[in-house]
Amino acid sequence: MHELAVTREIVDVAAEKAEGARVRRVVIEIGRLTPVAPDCVRFYFEICAAGTAVEGAELEIREIAGNARCRACEASLELAGPVEGCGCGSFDLEILAGRELRLMELEVY
Amino acid sequence: MCDHCGCSTEGHEHVHEHTHEHPHEHETSRTVRIEQDILARNNRQAEWNRGWLASRRLVALNLVGSPGSGKTTVLERTLKELDGQMNAAVIEGDQATDRDAARIRATGRPVVQIATGTGCHLDARMVKGALEKLDPQPDGLVFVENVGNLVCPALFDLGEQAKVLIASVTEGEDKPAKYPHMFAAVQVVLLNKIDLLPHVSFEMDAFLGFLRQVNPRVRVIAVSGATGAGMLEWYECIRASIH
Repeated sequence: MHELAVTREIVDVAAEKAEGARVRRVVIEIGRLTPVAPDCVRFYFEICAAGTAVEGAELEIREIAGNARCRACEASLELAGPVEGCGCGSFDLEILAGRELRLMELEVY
Repeated sequence: MCDHCGCSTEGHEHVHEHTHEHPHEHETSRTVRIEQDILARNNRQAEWNRGWLASRRLVALNLVGSPGSGKTTVLERTLKELDGQMNAAVIEGDQATDRDAARIRATGRPVVQIATGTGCHLDARMVKGALEKLDPQPDGLVFVENVGNLVCPALFDLGEQAKVLIASVTEGEDKPAKYPHMFAAVQVVLLNKIDLLPHVSFEMDAFLGFLRQVNPRVRVIAVSGATGAGMLEWYECIRASIH
């Protein structure tokens, strides 16, 4: 449900950065380890955008794969979700990617 | 496959009658690079709160956990047992009522209740407003009891020094596996209601195993808010966070 707050923030910041123009497309990044469900954001986006400079805009969500370094054996590994360990048995990981929640770019007109 | 109609025949004509005019020159659009955290405003406000607290030599602890895990009971006992040893003030977050604030007020400590309405978590802006209203005495603690929820509060920095998760043995041992983001986001887990261990099915080793998988470095303290068992270790942990 916090996705509603996150989506409002996307729309607010996009409208502000558009500086009076209208927004045609919004591009965001959501990491696979970020506790934000892309489908929920898509669902809320149109509702939140209604009546703002972002109304009618297309939302593009780029999902970023999780990537980590194992602190026990130094191996580099891909992570599909938050409850994953290294093949060596350790769960002590340094997360290098996958925690993104970023507004990347806008197309305005 | 034909891109126009989806049929399997390539290269056939698609007659498109134009009964209306439609201009084909597109309005010029431009791309604006942003590359900023979507929660940047909350994070900036949280940093502001952190500075505000530091300038008063205050440490804030963000207490999270399920509804009914015993957050308020642990807090009540903490406030009573640390009475005379350290200043402490409280911000209570719930969707509705000021029942928790009334319980804290009964301990004699200052408290401000935030009612989030439909909101499922506290954010840094709400906490800023509450801090200014609370106006806590310098040198001490501010406990922020978040909305009971094992999902949403994980994402929102309030300006706290640490997040403390109050879990309870009645919730079952698999909660860290089911709610990994929240258990991964905290520095301390208070495992509450250990006085009920003889009466409930709760595998301690399994709980710790699930917990270590999502947060290998977290500190775990087994306590009972009802009987006071284990609380001294929690108070030592609080003292260490202040110094």
